[in-house]
Parts: sequence; C-alpha cells; structure tokens
Amino acid sequence: MQYQTYEHDVIVIGAGGAGLRAAIEASAAGCSVALICKSLLGKAHTVMAEGGMAAAMANVDDRDGWKVHFADTMRGGQYLNNWRMAELHAQQAPDRVKELEAWGAVFDRTKDGRILQRNFGGHRYPRLAHVGDRTGLEMIRTLQDHGIHQGIEVFMEMTAHTLLQESGPGSRVTGVFGYDRELGRFRVWKGKAIVLATGGIGRAFAVTSNSWEYTGDGQALAYRAGADLLDMEFVQFHPTGMVWPPSVKGILVTEGVRGEGGVLRNKDGHRFMFDDIPDNYKNQTAKDEEEGWRYVTGDKNANRPPELLTRDHVARCINREVKAGRGSPHGGVFLDIAWIKEKIPNAEAHIKKKLPSMYHQFMQLANVDITKVPMEVGPTTHYAMGGVRVDGETQMSTVPGLFAAGEVAAGLHGANRLGGNSLSDLVVFGKIAGEHAAKYAKANPASRVSDEQVDEAARRALAPFEKGARGENPYLIQHDLQETMQANVGIVRTENEMARALEDIQKLKARAANVGVPGNREYNPGWHTAIDLANLLCVAEAVTRSALDRPESRGAQFREDYPNKSEECSKFNIITRPVNGGAEMRVVRQPLTPIRDDLKKIIEEQAK
Amino acid sequence: MTQSSLPLPQIRALGETRRQDAWWVQPLLVFLGFSAFIVYSTWAAFQANHYWFAGGGANYLSPFYSPEIFGTSPHALFGPKPDWLPWPSFIPFSPAFLILWAPGGFRFTCYYYRGAYYKAFWGDPFNCAVGEPGFRGKNYRGEHKFPLILQNVHRYFFYIAALFIVLLSYDAVISYIWTTPDGGKTFGIGVGTLVLTVNPILLGAYTFGCHSLRHLIGGKHDCISSCSAARQSAYGCVSALNRRHMLWAWLSLFWVGFTDVYVRLCSMGVITDLRII
Amino acid sequence: MPPVTFRISRGDKTSTEFREYTTEAGEGMVVLDCVHQIQSESAPDLACRWNCKAGKCGSCSAEINGQPRLMCMTRMDMIDTSQPVTIEPLKSFPLIRDLVTDVSWNYRVKKSIKPFKPRKPDAPDGTWRMQQKDVDRVQEFRKCIECFLCQDVCHVLRDHHKHPEFAGPRHFVYTAALEMHPLDTEDRLGQMKHEGGIGYCNITKCCTKVCPEHITITDNAIIPLKERVVDEFYDPLTRLFRMFKPKK
Repeated sequence: MQYQTYEHDVIVIGAGGAGLRAAIEASAAGCSVALICKSLLGKAHTVMAEGGMAAAMANVDDRDGWKVHFADTMRGGQYLNNWRMAELHAQQAPDRVKELEAWGAVFDRTKDGRILQRNFGGHRYPRLAHVGDRTGLEMIRTLQDHGIHQGIEVFMEMTAHTLLQESGPGSRVTGVFGYDRELGRFRVWKGKAIVLATGGIGRAFAVTSNSWEYTGDGQALAYRAGADLLDMEFVQFHPTGMVWPPSVKGILVTEGVRGEGGVLRNKDGHRFMFDDIPDNYKNQTAKDEEEGWRYVTGDKNANRPPELLTRDHVARCINREVKAGRGSPHGGVFLDIAWIKEKIPNAEAHIKKKLPSMYHQFMQLANVDITKVPMEVGPTTHYAMGGVRVDGETQMSTVPGLFAAGEVAAGLHGANRLGGNSLSDLVVFGKIAGEHAAKYAKANPASRVSDEQVDEAARRALAPFEKGARGENPYLIQHDLQETMQANVGIVRTENEMARALEDIQKLKARAANVGVPGNREYNPGWHTAIDLANLLCVAEAVTRSALDRPESRGAQFREDYPNKSEECSKFNIITRPVNGGAEMRVVRQPLTPIRDDLKKIIEEQAK
Repeated sequence: MTQSSLPLPQIRALGETRRQDAWWVQPLLVFLGFSAFIVYSTWAAFQANHYWFAGGGANYLSPFYSPEIFGTSPHALFGPKPDWLPWPSFIPFSPAFLILWAPGGFRFTCYYYRGAYYKAFWGDPFNCAVGEPGFRGKNYRGEHKFPLILQNVHRYFFYIAALFIVLLSYDAVISYIWTTPDGGKTFGIGVGTLVLTVNPILLGAYTFGCHSLRHLIGGKHDCISSCSAARQSAYGCVSALNRRHMLWAWLSLFWVGFTDVYVRLCSMGVITDLRII
Repeated sequence: MPPVTFRISRGDKTSTEFREYTTEAGEGMVVLDCVHQIQSESAPDLACRWNCKAGKCGSCSAEINGQPRLMCMTRMDMIDTSQPVTIEPLKSFPLIRDLVTDVSWNYRVKKSIKPFKPRKPDAPDGTWRMQQKDVDRVQEFRKCIECFLCQDVCHVLRDHHKHPEFAGPRHFVYTAALEMHPLDTEDRLGQMKHEGGIGYCNITKCCTKVCPEHITITDNAIIPLKERVVDEFYDPLTRLFRMFKPKK
C-alpha cells in the first residue's frame, strides 16, 4: 500500500476552537505539531456559535467569580459533571478570554472599555463575553490567525480514518492513518501524542443544528482504539430550530423570539404550553396569556409565560404536540411573534429592531416574513455532553497518549450544558490538552508504526470501491440511521423505542458492511460519506445503549417510562467500551468520584 | 502576493460571462451620462458667452465660469484677459478654461468616478464577472504604476474643490441681491436664485463626502474616540455623506450642468427667469 | 414545482465540460440542496465543498448563472429556472475537481501579512481598554467568513492573474482590520503598497457587491488603506509634517 508519511511530536485532529488551541499550546511547548482537519482551516463548526463564551471576569457584575461559575455549571449538569474539570474551567476561562484579546480578538466593550458580558440561561450573573451574535467566528478566526504564525503544519481537507497503536486496542497510540479528500491519497502521521478535537455527533440525527462534519469521528476513533466513552446518553436538543424549508431544517431560532413575546401554537391555534406546567414552576409561571404578555413587556410583578420554561420542557411539549398530530404542516409547531401587532402599534418595526438576525434569516432562507406570519419550529439536535472519557487534570483518555478536548471530550457539562460554556470549554481544555500532550510527547520516545495496521486500515477504507455502484448507497443508510435516531432516541425516549432503534442500528450495520460507491478516490463525496458512516453508527449505538441503561429523566435525557430523577442514578456515569476485541459494545456504570470537600462547600454556599 | 501552484483558468475574452442579467445596461448608462456631460461642458466652455445673466436686475453666474478670474462680465475678478497671459491662438479665450480643470480634476480622481469610468469607458471590466479586452491580460497596470498612480493626488484636488464650494456659495448669496433700475440693491428671489442655491448644496454634499476627506478628518486615527468631540462629529457627518457618495456625485453633476443651462438660456433670451419675490 | 435543469461544470484541470442534471426543486430549496439531491440521485461523485449550510462558514462558494454566490444562501425561487441553471467553480483559483477549487493561495497570502502585535497592556492585570466606537470599524471587517467570493470576482485576480503581486480584497479587509485595530502597533502599509499591490485595485466595487456578509469592502477597507498609503508614500505635505512631529 502506498502512502505518504509525516513525523510529528503531537498530532491534533480537528481544527475548531479546541484543536487550534491545543495545537498552539503544544507548539509553544516546543513540539512539532500536525493539525489535521476535514474542511478548510477556519470553517469548523465553532463558527456557528453565537451567544458568547462564559468566563467569570466580573466586568459587568463584580459579585461574579469562579466559584459562582463553578456552582452554576455543576447545577446545570445535575452534578454528574467531572468536578475537577468544572473547577479548572471556571478558574481558567477568564484568562483564556484575555488571551484571545491579546491575540487580536475584538469583543464588544463596556462603557469603561473592558470586555462586555451578557446574561444567559443558567448563569447567575452576566458572564458571556461576546461579539454580537458571531462570537464563535471571532474565536476561530483569532486562533487561526494567531496559529498560522506558530509553525504548526496544517493538513486541510484530510480525514483521520484510524488511530494506529503499539499493540492493538487499549495500547499506546503511535500515529494516525488517514487520507486527503482532494485526491484520496493515503497518509500516515507518526506521532508521540494525539489530541482529538473533532466535535460532536449531531449528524446521527435527522434534525440538527450541526454541520456535516459532526459525524462523531473522534468518539468512534477513540472507541475503536479501546478508549472509554462517557455519558453518551446526554444529547442536548434545542426546542426551537427551523423545520422548513429543508435547506435550513435544524438551524437555530434564538430564545430571544420567545423573550420578545413570541408564542407557541399548534395547528388548531391553541397555545399548548399552558396545558402542562410542571408543579415546581407553577408559582413562577403566568396564569393566563394576559399575564404572560405583561411579563415580556417588563412588568416585574408578572410571571413569565410558559414558553420561557426550561429548554428541555419546552422541547418535550413541542414534541408531544407533533406526535399527537397537532403539529404544523412540516412537522413542527408555530412560533408566532407577528401576533404582537394586536398589542402594540408599529409591531413590524419593533420586531425588525429587536430580532434583526431572525428577521433576516427567515426572510432570506424561508421567504417568511416573521412580522406577518408565524414561523414553523421544532426541536433540533444541538450538542453532545458525552464523549471521550478523559482525566480531568490532563485531558488524556484511557488510552495512553490519546487526548481529547472540546465537544468530543466528556465530563465538564454532566447531564446538561449551560449556554456559553461550550466556547470557554474549547479554549480552556484545548490548552490543557495541548500542554499535556506536549509533555507526554517529550517524556515518551516515538514508537514504531505497524505496517500491518496501516494495510488493514487502507483495506477497510477502500472496501466501498470493490462493491462499486452495486453496493448499498451510503447516503441512504445515513438517511435511515438519522430517521431512526430521530424517531426513537430523540427528545423523548422509551425503552421500547430505543430497543427498536438498536435493532435498526444492527441492520444498518449489516447494510453498511456492504456499502459501495462508484467513481474514483478524487474528491468523491460518496466515498467520504461511506467512511463517516461507520463512525455515525458507532456513536448512535453508544447513545442508544447508554440511554437504555439510565432509567431516569435527568438533564437532557427524558424517559417517558421513567419521567423522574432517581437517587440511584445520581451516583454513576455510564461508560461505553468495546469488548470481545471490538465485536461488541458494552455499557458499564461507573460510580462518581466523591467531590472534594472544599468544592462541595462552594456548591452548598452558592445554593443559599 | 505568493505564487499559485496550479495553472489558473484561461483568461477570458471581451464580454465573456455567464451572467444572464442585462449587465451591460449599467456601464452603458454611465457612459452615456458622463459623455453627455463632457460634451456639453466642453461646448459650454468654448462659448465664452451667455454665462451670466443680469436681466431684470438678476445677478446670476454660471458655475462653469466661476470664479471668473479674467473675463468681460461684471463678475470678473481682475478684469479682461491681460496681455501677459499666454494663450494659444487656435483656441478662443474662455474664462472657463482657467478654472474648469479644478472641479474636473476633482471628479476625475474621485474614487467613485474612477471605478465608474474604468468600467464604462475602459471596460476594465465592463461589469463584475464579465470578461475584459484580451490585449490587457497580464499587462494590466491599474493604479499601481504610471500613469494612473497619479490618481493619488486626489486629496489636493479636494482642497481646491472645497474652496470652490465657498466661491459657488458666494455666487448663490449674491444671486439674492438684485439691482433695481435706479442702480440700487434689493433683496430678491428668482427661479435662478433657487437653482444657484441648490447647486453648492449638492456640490457640498458630494465634496464633503469625499473619501480623502473622510480619511483626513478622522479615518486615519485608530482611536477616533480620543479625538475632540468636534472631530468625532465631523467624521460622523463625512461618513454619512460618504455612504451616498455615488448619489451625490450624480445629483451634483446633473445640477451643475443644469445651472449652466439655465443661466445660458436666460442669457440667450430663450426662457424668461421668473422672479418670485 | 416542475423539475429544474442544472448545467454543472464537471471535470478537473485537464478538461471540463457542462453536464446537465434534472432534479425536482421542492419548495424553499436552495441551490446547495439541489446539488446534494443531484449527488444522491445521479452523481454521487460530484465534488463540492460545504459545511454549515447557514451562510456562516463560507465554504460553498460557486458561480450561479455567472454570479459569484454562496450556494447555501441562494434560494431556487430567486433564480430563473425556465432555462438551465449553470453552476461553475470559482474562476480566480485553480480547479481541483467539479465545483472545488484550490484556494490555498489565500492561506499563503494571509500568512505573509505581518501578524497582530498589540501594545503593552493598559491595566496591571494585563488587559486593555478600548471604546466600542473604536472597535466598531474593526468588527465590521471581522465579520468576514473567508468565502473568497470577493477574490473570485476581483478582475485583478480573475482576469489579470496578478496573484503574485496582489493580495486581493479579502486580504485588504484583513489588513485593514489589523491596521485599524486600536491595540495594534505593527506597520503594514509598505507591505500593502509593494507586495500587496493595493494600487492594482481600481475600485470597481465588485467585491463589495458579492460579499455575503455585506462588508463595505471598498469604501471602508480598501479606500481607507489606499489613503493611508498615500499618507505614507505619496503626499509630500504629510511627509513634511511627519518630519517635524515627535516620533512615537
């Protein structure tokens, strides 16, 4: 088998916020670094982040501090978080923000010229450093423009296919086998340490706010290398994504629409959110539509309308309406902001002023004027809290030399992520992963790459061409997988449905074994899809099995058959790992590590 | 700035494009608009006559001839053309020639006009994503080399153009002063007064929206917030005018031509200036 | 909706041709959806770049009926489908295959521009103070998603192939963001005049017209840069003035 070989100390897979930050750090430590990314540099999914990055800098409210941020994160994650990671994150996020500024990022400013911070759900004080609604773009561009001068060797439009190891799964990593998308040539990067920063798994679902790259590559690579996956059942669904037209299905519709008075209705025009208000929120929720309207117009004595209940609850209610056949024509519900013209004069101008990007988004993509007609919205897959299990201190996985940072790593967010914590996650743990990967690379000499492993990986990669056009169409398998995951392992889960999903996944795995693509290796998207398919199937199975093993509703997971939290389930995380030489996937319950006393005290103090 | 590794696509032929819209309309309109103005203004400059109007006590001077440095009208600053001023014998003397180079140069080097006439007159390119004349190809020099590098003189033309706004405003002001039959002065407004008043306003909106001015008055500072309040608001005003620079360029161009036409037709007796007050 | 015929440029650097594909364009679809549909129906090996499909990453740049646009932001009901819709790759860059071009030149140019160099921190905690008013201008430029449509439409690259001596609108925007950054202390004007060839820009404003982020490239970035270059290299008065001004 012919392939080109490169040698580096540290190999970083993925060039979003976490990957770039890790590469910069490892390079600064004196290591030679390879940065491999599936797309062009600067196009990673980080660009999609809007709201901001959470960091307790206390620029706007001086009561804020890392302890408050830590407690907020733990509460949001329902205490399943890796507390050490939550601690490091809260402590280091402010420095990472300042560092971005020193590298050229231009955040919005306070009146006295410091970095402005905004409020966000779950954060006690205004904490999100931001740049309008394009904070992710600012972050990735800053890291990119800084990174290109650090001597990092960037391999754009290349896919990592297999992690090479000393002696099979579980042993130390020795390099990466992959191919370039342009010509389909195989490449081998030899390295002493590898950092995974490949992002999430959203493409396992039919409706997602994630880009095509989010096929769970890092999770699957790590899993096949024998690493533990953690908390895979926790997938965050955002209640309002666009559902029509197909081109934009899943794109986020900001919570701000509801904050400005937007209401959710089913196809009968009924405002269904009033039907089901959880007992513990009854006192804080408006009794009728009139009170809800007073709340959004700033009446401090009024309670919030039920549309502004927690994200998981709103998402479930929307789901219920759709499943009961009361949805909108394209399988969502109606989100109506135009109705406020009954209440205020100049409603049209008001909406355009308050929600410019939403107005623009619907006008340009859906040809829908939200000042005149309702939007169609539905829940959309947004973020994976679970991923590769890492050591909180070093970000190393259970495989020696293999590190993970960002969305692909698990632990920081527990059962549910707070908005704004993802961007700070990227830079805080990107840096830590890069630092420790460099340390590891310096402490451990390079190891031999096994030719057999490379040949085996190359054989698997080329298999779809043997079947050619006679084989299964990869797009169709991917489509069927997304449909079954959406229908059965989505926002509301039951044992029966998930069992069905597992069956479907097994069948799809069999079909995927026969996948075929015509054409040649040069920039062949069919082939790329066929290769990504194995990763998607792997993470889909891990999500389903983990979810089955958590018989409770907590954070992002809602089980209709177990609608409440269980004390029993609050004591463990769920780990997914391969057994029988990788032939079988097993989930095990891992008891939580007891939290350090001082941190426990912080949580108790902050709860007061 | 760095070499390309793979061969680039072929340089395309003149007008080659896959655009389906009427891409040629815009450059054609610009071509016709500018050509009409150039032809008319050249003709008008050669006339050396009918550029002022004093009928009925009015006090109008065509902007093509203002300031009239040497000339035969009552507006002449220093009387008729002196003998020491050399003048080619094959061209009739016209006061317009002494001054028209200034506003002409300002417009010729203006950032908006440059882009517009490069397209409409040079086809460089005729319109976006439309092929260019093949001979140019890699020999393109742009404003990087002589002669067009001289366009960088624009800010100096701005200084002169700003002076012209003062002079034309003066012309507008004196058009409110009418001469009574007994030789006295009186306040009055005719249609021509309004025409002459609108002229410096439009010219000012164009001139003070100049890109060079925007740079000089504040754009060159990275921290405009540390400048004086006056400078900050001046920068804000210039920027606001600058956003509509093209619109002001066309309006003022039309109006300055129209003002000459109006004064000329009055002077020739073709139309009668209506006195309002 | 009746089926729509697309004429898509297929091929690599050795030869290209238009091939026709017909597909059903459903309600609300964008050009990129149609391309995906064609991929899954009849041309699985049709090469095209894309990522976010929401106009935020700038990957799916192409020329649709001769106009440089993002495929994900071009709705089918915006274009005339009574005749075949042509889709071609960008013209200013070497073709790799079908709709994919080699844009690596842009990355090399960016790398050659002097990086951000901040002044010393203003506060003891290592932070700076900047006014929103001063960063507004820079923030406009930093909206850029690097789709390279401006580079594609710019005739200096597209028709005159001045790649070795011209940086292109994207990098003038990039440089303007650095030059106007309140903290930056580096001087890139010489670089822009010489290696960047900013004088080649003849202000056709095509870059501004195609920018999907609506950055006023020409008026706010390129012309102010040209004026700064005039200050530095051409204007005798400012040069004289500088001689008497205390050095920073």
